Amino acid sequence: MEQAEEAEVVLRLDGITKRFGALVANDGISFDLTKGEVIALLGENGAGKTTLMNILFGHYTADAGSVEVFGHPLPPGHPRAALAAGVGMVHQHFTLADNMTVLENILLGTGSLWTPRLGAQAARARVAKLSADFGLSVHPDAKVGTLTVGERQRVEILKALYRDARILILDEPTAVLTPQETTALFETLRKAVALGLSVIFISHKLGEVMAISSRVLVLRHGRLVGEVSTSDTDRHKLAEMMVGTEITAPKLSERTPGPALLTLSNVDTSRRGNAPGLAGVNLTLRAGQITGLAGVSGNGQAALAALIGGLETPVHGGMDLHGDVPADWSPRAALAAGIARIPEDRHRTGTVADFTLTENAVLECYADAPYSRKGWMDWSAAEGFAKKIIETYDVRCPGPSARIRLLSGGNMQKLILGRVLEAGPKIILANQPVRGLDIGAVTFVQNRLIKARDAGAAVLLISEDLDEVTALSDVIHVIYEGRLSPAFPRGTMTPAQLGTWMAGHGFEGGADAA
Amino acid sequence: MRLEPIPNPTALRRVGLPAGALALTVLIASLLALLAGANPFATLGLILKGAAGSKFALLETLNRATPLIFTGLAVAVAFRARLWNIGAEAQLYGGAVVTVLLGTGALPLPSLLLIPVIALAAMAAGALILLAPVLLKTRLGVDEVVTTLLFNFIMLLFVSLLLEGPMKDPMGMGWPKSTALEKAARLPRIVDGLRLHWGFGLAFVSAMVVWVIQTRTTLGYEIRAVGQNAEAARFAGIPVGRVLVKTALLSGGLAALAGYSEVAGLKGNLTLDLSPGFGYTGIIVAMLALLNPLGVVVSAIFVAGIFVGADSMSRAAGVPTYIADILLATALLTMVLALRLTNTRIRWR
Repeated sequence: MEQAEEAEVVLRLDGITKRFGALVANDGISFDLTKGEVIALLGENGAGKTTLMNILFGHYTADAGSVEVFGHPLPPGHPRAALAAGVGMVHQHFTLADNMTVLENILLGTGSLWTPRLGAQAARARVAKLSADFGLSVHPDAKVGTLTVGERQRVEILKALYRDARILILDEPTAVLTPQETTALFETLRKAVALGLSVIFISHKLGEVMAISSRVLVLRHGRLVGEVSTSDTDRHKLAEMMVGTEITAPKLSERTPGPALLTLSNVDTSRRGNAPGLAGVNLTLRAGQITGLAGVSGNGQAALAALIGGLETPVHGGMDLHGDVPADWSPRAALAAGIARIPEDRHRTGTVADFTLTENAVLECYADAPYSRKGWMDWSAAEGFAKKIIETYDVRCPGPSARIRLLSGGNMQKLILGRVLEAGPKIILANQPVRGLDIGAVTFVQNRLIKARDAGAAVLLISEDLDEVTALSDVIHVIYEGRLSPAFPRGTMTPAQLGTWMAGHGFEGGADAA
Repeated sequence: MRLEPIPNPTALRRVGLPAGALALTVLIASLLALLAGANPFATLGLILKGAAGSKFALLETLNRATPLIFTGLAVAVAFRARLWNIGAEAQLYGGAVVTVLLGTGALPLPSLLLIPVIALAAMAAGALILLAPVLLKTRLGVDEVVTTLLFNFIMLLFVSLLLEGPMKDPMGMGWPKSTALEKAARLPRIVDGLRLHWGFGLAFVSAMVVWVIQTRTTLGYEIRAVGQNAEAARFAGIPVGRVLVKTALLSGGLAALAGYSEVAGLKGNLTLDLSPGFGYTGIIVAMLALLNPLGVVVSAIFVAGIFVGADSMSRAAGVPTYIADILLATALLTMVLALRLTNTRIRWR
């Protein structure tokens, strides 16, 4: 009897196949989700995790296969049907109305359009009960625009619970959270499971998968390549399954830092859209040293990257580049000063999608000899440069005259890396250099950065992944609301301690960045 | 309904869809001819004959294509940089006004010198006319679609003022037209006795020059980078504002050559009906050519052929010439749709 109850299947996927042209995004994927379990869907970017969940939720229609929820087949292509059947999804990018309250956001779409007022007493009471049951504390009357990212995520989960979701799908939920917020989220998930819900947790962070799931499904190139009980496996085995080969973590050798190559003293910059500007930032980048910048997304990382990358000038304060104070600061001036820039968004900022690899390779040096002479392009020289990058940086592509949009993110990033490193930079600004890359490409990019550091370059590594920052940095700063923490040398802070700084503690109490 | 991209469209899709678009255009034209009480096959045959059925017809088509090549190039160059120049009409008239100013005896130069001087001056005028909207765009963020479009009306009223006042031909029996160009300023005919003038040669050469600029020069590379992804271009250190200004100068200059060649090559003077919307038709020409400068020559001849052919068909078959406008509009719409569908699939659920 007990056996039968444990095995109650709430969701069954059978032979799901989805093709986009020649690409098989999902290839005959079948699995069951039982009541009260958390399964982790693990896979590199492009492995087909998001496609699979989009099929389940009705955003895409599968070419073959079927979905069954609580024993009933789910009609394909209808998000509404998925919702009604009790499937709730929390997307990576939230779908909340900033100018409405938490309660209004939760109720939005549940009643008729003609309901005179959202937030009747019954609804309020129900939301309060859900909050208490699942440990999702958030004030129902607060405007969503004023909430932190972690709180917004709680609203998203409440939204799904309010619609009677019995199956929760969370797509990369921890990407935007501090370690503390992640812990709180895991508490909520454990409570949900105890109350009989089932959870699909999509991630590529092995530590979290180990911490929260009871079963792990590994996707690779659109296929289900492994299904293991979490208790029977470890991080190393999972990583191997995910990539298909053994991988080694990058190692940082001891190295005495050299002279300061870039110094910011007491710099303020203006706000960038919704993100804060810099406020009184002091920062020194030294030769042969990787400076890591940890922080929750949207705390001024963009402002710092824009400043060093030449897109922004300080409103106040000084910048000193190996003894020179730049007068006319621009992307071109930054390039001339020997700053290599790996942009955060390789699709929008780093490359021109419809340009060929050759055209993208010379994007920053097209105006210099030998690529340009007296206003004429020398395309054979440019192609030679592209070929050199393709070879040296192992860019997998049909050839230098292929359009770059055909490349995977990892290969695109390798081309950008080659473009900036071949210029022999003194300073490297790496903004989220491995975000969204598969593990093979991550290792490649990280090793190249370490190699450049060993050769004497000053590297600023901006990342929202705390593990990455701690693994790769000689010193670490935490950024919070445009302010920098003091520099913490490698190994002096635990992730939890850094996490408290990331949440803003230490900044208020007069702990000045100096 | 939702759109799904097709990464590698089949050859059948790439050839079949545009062919289908053309067939649909012909079908719609046939229905319209039927509606007008004519035999659709005869009507289409007459259009074809009127456009290319004789040496005279063909040369007439090429003559009509000349200003369209210039305005098509002007639009293609600007659109390539995502600079929406809807004001080729104004730049065309700017070129025409300068041509009349300098070509009616103001410069005592021999023909061989006078012709290039006037052509260059006309280009400068067109370039300056587009410069104002572009500076407003790069400096203050004013939408150039609105400003260039409105410039067309300002320019047309300005030309009207000139033709009623300072530039009015005293021998013109009161008609609002300018004094005729002196002989030395006129563009000669390519072959004696045939109406085709050297403006067509200049248009053809311009298309090649634009093609070389776009594919071989540093400026062309900058223009394409700014058009395809201005954010990446700015990040990479390409001076986006300066590139847009250079693009505008080139585009305005090309549009002005349309006015120049119409006055110096064909009409000999300036009237208010110098351009039956060549500036606007240039947008159709450029879009049909997918902004490819060499393609502009082909699509301009195609568009001119429809206009010329429809004119002569109308006289013979009694179907209104409006059919030419409808044909062009249908051809453009179906072609744009066909090209979109080449790499996109529609799912109706």
